[in-house]
Amino acid sequence: MQPPIVLAKAGLWFLGALVIASAILVVTLDNLFRAALSLGLVLVGVAGLFLLVGAEFLAFVQVLIYVGAILTLVVFAIMLTTPRPSAERRGAGRRWPAAVASLALFALLACVVAAIPTLTAVGGAPVSLQDLGRELITTLVLPFEVISVVFVAAMVGAIAVAASPRQGRGPTPPTASS
Amino acid sequence: MIPLKFLLLLSSALFAIGVFGVLTRRNAIAILLSIELILNAASLNFVALGQALGHPQGQAFALFVIALAACEAAVGLAIVLGLYRTANTVLADQMNLLRG
Repeated sequence: MQPPIVLAKAGLWFLGALVIASAILVVTLDNLFRAALSLGLVLVGVAGLFLLVGAEFLAFVQVLIYVGAILTLVVFAIMLTTPRPSAERRGAGRRWPAAVASLALFALLACVVAAIPTLTAVGGAPVSLQDLGRELITTLVLPFEVISVVFVAAMVGAIAVAASPRQGRGPTPPTASS
Repeated sequence: MIPLKFLLLLSSALFAIGVFGVLTRRNAIAILLSIELILNAASLNFVALGQALGHPQGQAFALFVIALAACEAAVGLAIVLGLYRTANTVLADQMNLLRG
């Protein structure tokens, strides 16, 4: 069931403005904790956009994994490493070249997007969750398995890197303190 | 109907903002946040084009991008924690342990 076209358009503009405004806050706020919360707003906005274009499963995955897991991890890392709430001061001289460079990048990408012929006629049947699941276990079964192996390896590696060796609770006993 | 150009422009803007963050931020965690913005732009592109073309691989690859972003965040934050423990800083321009 599609929402009415006016409502969808209004939601699209609202979510777009929300995503862009909070993304700018993410890269400009000096308080890192607030920047992380703005990133949460960006992620929820992108999830809303996924809902609007009919990718419900992706929207739920986005909220569950990004907002639920990754953002929590980031907040923990900020609280573990940043002693003062605003410990970041940066040279003001570097901001303008970076702003010019990223604006030029955006202009280039916008030119490319404007050159794309309209694809609206191509859109056939909307992709359902059954299509997505069937694609994942037939054509894309090898990438799917590889991604899960990568995921397990990354988690084991992250634990191995982050676990502090001085606590001595691992399988190797602490060096003899006789 | 999918507003394809709007979404592509939006993800281009998100990507450019993320690049700006990577270029200007000093804190390593803030750089990771900007990389998350860039990855979100990529998955937004995947979903928009996949839905506009009616092909399920767009959403499938957006799913892969989300999984890789989770890996990247976990490993990156673990490295930042380890660096904080050894070098006692999270500012990327002060990580000069290898400087002779």
